[in-house]
Amino acid sequence: MPSRYIPILIYAILAAAFPAVTLIIFKFIRPDSTSAGAKLKPYECGIPPESDARGRYSVRFYIVAILFVIFDVETIFLFPWAVQFNALGLYGLVTMFVFLGILIIGYIWLYKKGALEWV
Amino acid sequence: MFAPIEDLYRLAPELVLCTFGILVMLAEPFVPRKRSGLVAFLALLGAGAALAATRLSWAHPGTAFYGLVRVDDFSIFLHFVVGAVAVLVILGSRDYLEREGLHRGEFYALVLFATAGMGVMVSAQELVTAFIGLEISSISSYILASFRRNVPKSNESAMKYFLLGSFATSFFLYGVALVYGATGTTLLSRMDSASGNPTLLRLGLGMIFIGLAFKVASAPFQLWTPDVYEGAPTPVTALLSSGPKAAAFALLLRIFDTVFAASQLWVWAIWVSAALTMFAGNLAALVQSNVKRMLAYSSIAHAGYILVAFAARNEIGTAAVLFYLVAYALMKLGAFTMVTHLGGEGERRLEINDYAGLGSQQPAAAAFLTLYLFSLLGLPVTAGFLGKFYIFNAALKSHLVWLAVLLAINTVISAYYYLRVIVVMYMREPQKEWAATPIPRAVGLVLVLTAAGTLYLGLFPNYLMEFATQSAVLPR
Amino acid sequence: MIPTSHYLFLSLALFTIGVIGVLTRRNVIIILMSIELILNAVNINLVAFSRMFGNVNGQIFAIFVITDAAAEAAVGLGIIIAFFRNRPTVLADEMDILKW
Repeated sequence: MPSRYIPILIYAILAAAFPAVTLIIFKFIRPDSTSAGAKLKPYECGIPPESDARGRYSVRFYIVAILFVIFDVETIFLFPWAVQFNALGLYGLVTMFVFLGILIIGYIWLYKKGALEWV
Repeated sequence: MFAPIEDLYRLAPELVLCTFGILVMLAEPFVPRKRSGLVAFLALLGAGAALAATRLSWAHPGTAFYGLVRVDDFSIFLHFVVGAVAVLVILGSRDYLEREGLHRGEFYALVLFATAGMGVMVSAQELVTAFIGLEISSISSYILASFRRNVPKSNESAMKYFLLGSFATSFFLYGVALVYGATGTTLLSRMDSASGNPTLLRLGLGMIFIGLAFKVASAPFQLWTPDVYEGAPTPVTALLSSGPKAAAFALLLRIFDTVFAASQLWVWAIWVSAALTMFAGNLAALVQSNVKRMLAYSSIAHAGYILVAFAARNEIGTAAVLFYLVAYALMKLGAFTMVTHLGGEGERRLEINDYAGLGSQQPAAAAFLTLYLFSLLGLPVTAGFLGKFYIFNAALKSHLVWLAVLLAINTVISAYYYLRVIVVMYMREPQKEWAATPIPRAVGLVLVLTAAGTLYLGLFPNYLMEFATQSAVLPR
Repeated sequence: MIPTSHYLFLSLALFTIGVIGVLTRRNVIIILMSIELILNAVNINLVAFSRMFGNVNGQIFAIFVITDAAAEAAVGLGIIIAFFRNRPTVLADEMDILKW
């Protein structure tokens, strides 16, 4: 059934056209960055860099990143539950609320510990 | 389709441990620092309640949650072991944490979570559940090992434990994936009936063995043990040397006894590993000058002794393993608690030579330590003696004469380093003045309990041995 | 339909890269990344077998492995940072206070 693949064809054309069109349009409206010798800069267009890109970050970024990863990965358990929501019924709902409750307790703990404060 | 209430009874110890762990964690930021004893008390209550919950779940034998976990005498026995270890560790660590300025509720919460993980491990009937239990206990212990986070030694110990531990876990996992691929199931009881690719199954079981051999610190995967045990805070060392080891042995036994292919494949690996482990532990312990490191090597050696009973492959052997795990946990907990107390602020007094003159200055402490060392060596009237006797018995019943001979040789070797500590304590003049601090009440209680247990099992082993024999029959 | 064996070889290759990385690299962060590679090799195996058998056990297991990998990474990086505060190095062979 080739007609069923027409949306995919349209999508492919759109995907291919988007970078081409944007590149062509922005060619006309952006400032000419090559004149500033920006060819050798890490980011050729945009703001000139302030300092070395390999400088050190504050360790607080680590805490934020890890907290994000933890809570992000926990949502993986929500997906199978959401897919089978009707089959799992009330039992699944209660179980999931217990799980989320434990996560919220973890959140309260790290909030009270000051992990979210940006001193 | 709610889970039947029976299932919750069967998981009661873990539920109690996790609930109390969460409560402790939640209480920590809210309880003022002056009243931090409250948090410790809550944790102690939790560990005690877990023992009571184990008693409760004993009345409801059977499988729970679609066959993921099973309550039988075997799992109950080990639940009692890990629960009692948690109680003793929590009791013994309060004064240490106060002394080192580390008193945080998270310590107790992690001990409770680790114990919950061990509980899951010992009752797991299925490899995913076993893996989750293994990881709950391992990840908690990585954090516990780094708890003295301003001390480079503790950092380094945690780093090594973490890197090698997660490497071993990934081997275990790869093995589990291959076993699943070979049989199409992760339930242990269904593995034999599934017709699968035997090569894949053997490969998978081999990798599972490597992962668990690391956890029990048997040769050639024992290299992490001395570094981790030396660097970790001493109460954590006490926990690591008793609880997780018992749980990992339980998991090995469970797989070994349930899956026929595993028992076929592992028996030689266990024979070789037992012999290597005994020698690796005892020979290296001979040259140590640090008490914690010496005890770490001694715990490798004891893993070797337990593997000898394992290699016997009969119910006497399993019962001997269970009995020895209890005896071993008692004497190691006692010895490490004593080392914790003697270490003094900042854990500075850890060399064997620092113990010179202890016999006359602190006779009670020296007497306790002597008892534990005698038990570790396996002298009569102590639990260690009977534990070794049962292992010998099991090995000879299975015609493992060579392994029994090696065990005897190793006991003789170990006499040197255990007795050396006792000689230093009683017969050497102290070179340095150490302030003799009185033993705090909670620590004293741990010492009395472990010493009484060691002597009781040495004199009247029958009750525990009956329980162990009854638990050794694993239902297939 | 790609046969299962192809996935297994891919997984085996990832596993081998991971093991070699753990054994030969000195930087602990790269060792940590190599361990994560092994865990991903496990995931590929599990999902491939799951498709082969037509049951979802393997996929559920893979979800647990992913969660475990995240927990392990969080704890591992925490330990590395605690270590780095006391001794500014991330090289495994400079961790030599305790005799290795």
